[in-house]
Amino acid sequence: MLDGGLYVTLVIAALVMAFPLIWMLLASFKTTPEISAVPIQWLPQEWNLDNFIAVANSIPIGRMIFNSVFITVVSTFLKVMLGLACAYALVFVDIPFKNVAFMIVLFTLLIPGQITIIPNYVLVAGLDWTNTYLGIILPGLASAFGTFLFRQQFMQVPRSLLEAAELDGAGHLRRLFRVVVPISVPTIAAVTLVTVVGEWNEYLWPSLVAKSPDLMTLPVGLTHLQDLEGIQNWGVLLAATTLLTLPMLAIFLILQRRLVAGLTAGAVTG
Amino acid sequence: MSSHALLSAAQSAAPPGRRAARRKKLWRNIGVFALLAGPNLAILLIFTYRPMFLSFYYSMLNWNIGSDFAQFIGFGNYVEWFNDPESARILGTTLLYTIATVAGGMALGLALALALNRKLFGRGIVRTITFAPYVLSGIAVGFLWMYIFNPNIGLLRTVLGWFGISSPPWFTQEPWPLIMIIIVTLWKHVGYVALIYLAGLQSVPQDLRDAAALDGAGTLRVFRGIVLPLLGPITFFLLITLTLSALQSFDLIRSMTNGGPLGSTKTLMYQVYVEGFQIGRGGYGSAVATILFVILLAVTAIQMKFVERRVHYQ
Repeated sequence: MLDGGLYVTLVIAALVMAFPLIWMLLASFKTTPEISAVPIQWLPQEWNLDNFIAVANSIPIGRMIFNSVFITVVSTFLKVMLGLACAYALVFVDIPFKNVAFMIVLFTLLIPGQITIIPNYVLVAGLDWTNTYLGIILPGLASAFGTFLFRQQFMQVPRSLLEAAELDGAGHLRRLFRVVVPISVPTIAAVTLVTVVGEWNEYLWPSLVAKSPDLMTLPVGLTHLQDLEGIQNWGVLLAATTLLTLPMLAIFLILQRRLVAGLTAGAVTG
Repeated sequence: MSSHALLSAAQSAAPPGRRAARRKKLWRNIGVFALLAGPNLAILLIFTYRPMFLSFYYSMLNWNIGSDFAQFIGFGNYVEWFNDPESARILGTTLLYTIATVAGGMALGLALALALNRKLFGRGIVRTITFAPYVLSGIAVGFLWMYIFNPNIGLLRTVLGWFGISSPPWFTQEPWPLIMIIIVTLWKHVGYVALIYLAGLQSVPQDLRDAAALDGAGTLRVFRGIVLPLLGPITFFLLITLTLSALQSFDLIRSMTNGGPLGSTKTLMYQVYVEGFQIGRGGYGSAVATILFVILLAVTAIQMKFVERRVHYQ
């Protein structure tokens, strides 16, 4: 009896959460009359790619997909590498005042990105880095969140393992990549996935730096498309929205466990 | 302590050759540290710390972005902000948005977590579905909900029609645009809140519940007496996290309303963007950014104070 009520609630909840995404997908295949039909038309008459072709005619969508993939991959790779190297040094290389370096990382977590955008924009514009990949990628490269999680993980690694490797004559890089990294795979995977999602969805900074459509990422291209097509051309806008959301949905569905572990890491550590 | 003293005594007694070797090792370590941690720390200093201090300096200037002319005006921008009647409205909008999304998100998330905590068929699927929007772009989510909220052709118009309700002017008349953005924010975040709560609920020991049930405590009493107190720290964590995220929320407002109509969905964060990059008043925009930063720091300070107290109790 009670379970029956619960089931109804859960089904409604699932519908409210999932149907908007299905509705988006359906709309990207509908013609304009189908979209504005009253009463509502649930399914498109024909499944064709007209809206996607219209997107490609309006903005350089192929180039934007490339930009999004390229920037996400390069940023994520470098961010994870910088974080791994920094965390390794913080845990395993002994120097005086090491804690100062850690405090620099830790305090960054308290500085909101928003307060940095005006000065960073002035710097990047002054260096003539607007409309360059460098200008989009570099300011966000340092990883405080990743470094913090890596450091916590590395502190669990038994020192004896590293000492044994050192006796075998392994240098620091070998110790990092042959000893520490292999036993930290779950943490690295979680941080990598969180970074991928964050970079893919990032909007404000790339929208300021990429002024030419050829440098725009998908989210920036989407608002650019809205400016060009007007607000009412829903089929075209939602086709582009579908292109932006499907990759993250796919990654989420396939790698759910690790991604969720990363996204909720703050609750476990904090 | 004593081992430290012994160590330093041994160090000072070491023959000069060993001391030189130790110093060489120290310098080698410093070199290794600089190579490994240096790049990350340098980028943090250049693109996070430098702008943090610079932003405070900019906030004292009468200066437009891209202009070479800048005049030092002390706290003039802050005086202007505190005297501008629009600021009270922006602060009110920010507060309302924050309270509604934080309180609403936690209530809905907890309810969902309680439902998902029972061993029901299909709960894994529901958990996946409810979390999915959290990983999507705010711009994309804003677009797809604009289509649903559209008062002429939107899906919501049809659904409301089934209950005999006509669609309110979501985009054009206060306070509907803000309510609309709050609803979409809740949709995007509720799965995250539910998942965090669910992790907490599953850490409530089953034997504790069983013991209480044996003692004759009803479901409600078990919940209030055992589950809720154990969820306290999680609730607090969510309170802080959701508050910080609400105060910095940008993408949904940018895609759905652009802060409008007539500034009714303009939050502090959005004002930084408008002043800095649409109007181009770099000095004034930096002052607003600094005010936002102070508020965010205050929220974080509350968190630290509370966490410290909790540690003392233990």
